[in-house]
Amino acid sequence: MSEKQKHATAYWKKNLSYLVILLTIWFIVSYGAGILFKDELNNIKLGGFKLGFWFAQQGSIYVFVILIFVYVRLMNKLDKKFGFDE
Amino acid sequence: MSVQTWTWILVGVTFALYFGIAFWARAGSTKDFYVAGGGVSPLANGMATAADWMSAASFISMAGIISFAGYDGSVYLMGWTGGYVLLALLLAPYLRKFGKFTVPDFIGDRYYSNTARTVAVICALIVSFTYVAGQMRGVGIVFSQFLQVDINLGVIIGMGVVLGFALLGGMKGITYTQVAQYCVLIFAFMVPAIFISFQMTGNPIPQIGMGSKTQDGVFLLDKLDMLHTQLGFKEYTSGTKSTWDVFAITLALMVGTAGLPHVIVRFFTVPKVKDARKSAGLALLFIAILYTTAPAIAVFSRTNLIETVSDKEYALIPEWFKNWENTGLIAWDDKNGDGKIQYVEGASSNGKPVYIKERGAHGERLISNGNENANELYVDRDIMVLANPEIANLPNWVIALVAAGGLAAALSTAAGLLLVISTSISHDLIKKQIKPNISEKGELLAARISIFVAILIAGIFGIYPPGFVAAVVALAFGLAAASFFPAIILGIFDKRMNKEGAISGMIVGVTIMLFYMIRYKTGLIGIMDARPASEWWLGTSPEGFGTLAMILNVIVSVVVSRLTPAPPLHVQEIVESIRIPSGASEASSH
Repeated sequence: MSEKQKHATAYWKKNLSYLVILLTIWFIVSYGAGILFKDELNNIKLGGFKLGFWFAQQGSIYVFVILIFVYVRLMNKLDKKFGFDE
Repeated sequence: MSVQTWTWILVGVTFALYFGIAFWARAGSTKDFYVAGGGVSPLANGMATAADWMSAASFISMAGIISFAGYDGSVYLMGWTGGYVLLALLLAPYLRKFGKFTVPDFIGDRYYSNTARTVAVICALIVSFTYVAGQMRGVGIVFSQFLQVDINLGVIIGMGVVLGFALLGGMKGITYTQVAQYCVLIFAFMVPAIFISFQMTGNPIPQIGMGSKTQDGVFLLDKLDMLHTQLGFKEYTSGTKSTWDVFAITLALMVGTAGLPHVIVRFFTVPKVKDARKSAGLALLFIAILYTTAPAIAVFSRTNLIETVSDKEYALIPEWFKNWENTGLIAWDDKNGDGKIQYVEGASSNGKPVYIKERGAHGERLISNGNENANELYVDRDIMVLANPEIANLPNWVIALVAAGGLAAALSTAAGLLLVISTSISHDLIKKQIKPNISEKGELLAARISIFVAILIAGIFGIYPPGFVAAVVALAFGLAAASFFPAIILGIFDKRMNKEGAISGMIVGVTIMLFYMIRYKTGLIGIMDARPASEWWLGTSPEGFGTLAMILNVIVSVVVSRLTPAPPLHVQEIVESIRIPSGASEASSH
């Protein structure tokens, strides 16, 4: 494998590990907190909201927005580190 | 000034604005026409994507649907936003690096096959046409309700406007008009929401007001749950759908969102790979403003509705009730003859109310298909957003603003879809398959002709809506999930995926999705009726079946690809190059 290819492979591996972490959070806030465990979470109150209901109709959406911007930041840094930025 | 006058003024001003922008952003080349010259800033692209995405359904119907579905409505909220995470992380940056005009372009090149390209074009056309028909109808409905013009005339006016800016500007014109349309629609959505939130809870931010206390010191959501229980409805904050079905529908909507061609194509319009990531984030931010407000509006209007009508005398009911009754979106059937409105669990009539000419003892419109249920009230879900300002007694200009916002939402989505349809024909079919040596000018002309024809067809669907349109729009997501999404993801993340695998996966996915839709949702007119819910596979509704069809697509693709030869070397090189952001050339046609 050439030096360039090794470089590209390392970059891709790092990218994949970011994806796994961020998509796990994505899954937990929506499918976990908003759907599968919503009944349990509904016993907890967040102001006037039952927590499971809040995740399903508000919280998951806020987290989605944050996740994308975190990914943007992480990848911009990674691009710089590997010299792939423009 | 009357609502009518205000509406004409606001609609007139916004339409003039759209035309002005379209004229300023005329398209000169196919690149302008297909991907707005590839030079749109991430901020503008984020707004345009948000406007493109939020259709008449998001603007007018979603809050109403949630209002009546309570927790079950969460599938739309999570489903139509969570897909953007998939887009930003798994699709947009790589497709931008690939640097072509369309989704079928990617499928055709990545799977080195015109068959794959054709399958993708057909899928894109099916998805886009089912979707656009609903938009044109939406334009007609807004016109007829706010401006008292005939629905069909409304559709024709809408066609004329879209034609104007799409024909002139292509993607470039559409993108910049969509930026303006986003501003109009979000302003129109937020103003009444803020007013009402402040009225009901003292907090002007709807997202917080929803979880606050009302004047009587009770949390709004607790109060609504209590009202629901008293009237025999299921608690607002807990649902009626099975957990598995909620899971399946949410996933199908998310994946479908990420697979819709008119959404994906937006990310071809920005200059760099990092811009594609960023603009997906901005798009979701702009969308989230509306999507986190909608559930608040749902709660406000549900509480308002119950408190205003439940057990109240018809004679003393506010004016808006009778106005909407006259347009056929509310019906009251005084079954027990006490002159009061009983609003409880159960349908008030068999199907939608059918009005007869005579009026009842209290001046209400009588219906011919009443039933034995105790419930006396029918309320169409769409009026929850449309009538909300009236119910909350807001000034006339706010009511008019909602009309302008609804039109902006419908027109921007229709324009985006029509562009995908015309690109599929002029670029993917004519340029890439039928007549490869067509000149730039010829292709541009073909694109303009096909957009013209597409608008005519969409208009005809809008004027004569086939009964299945409403049902099918929701299923367009299932189709996108079952066809494009796996083919694109595997094309990026699985280097070994080859044309045999991708083509068989797409065909199996779409076929089984269509089969399930027809068998359990639409039926085939004259041949068979839709089968009942008790026969659903694993208890999965047709809306959620896209999830199963997608999984099947992936399994078929992977198995078939491993049994057939690996893709050629130059294709494996394409895959390696799209994984690295640097050196993204401008989007090009060859």
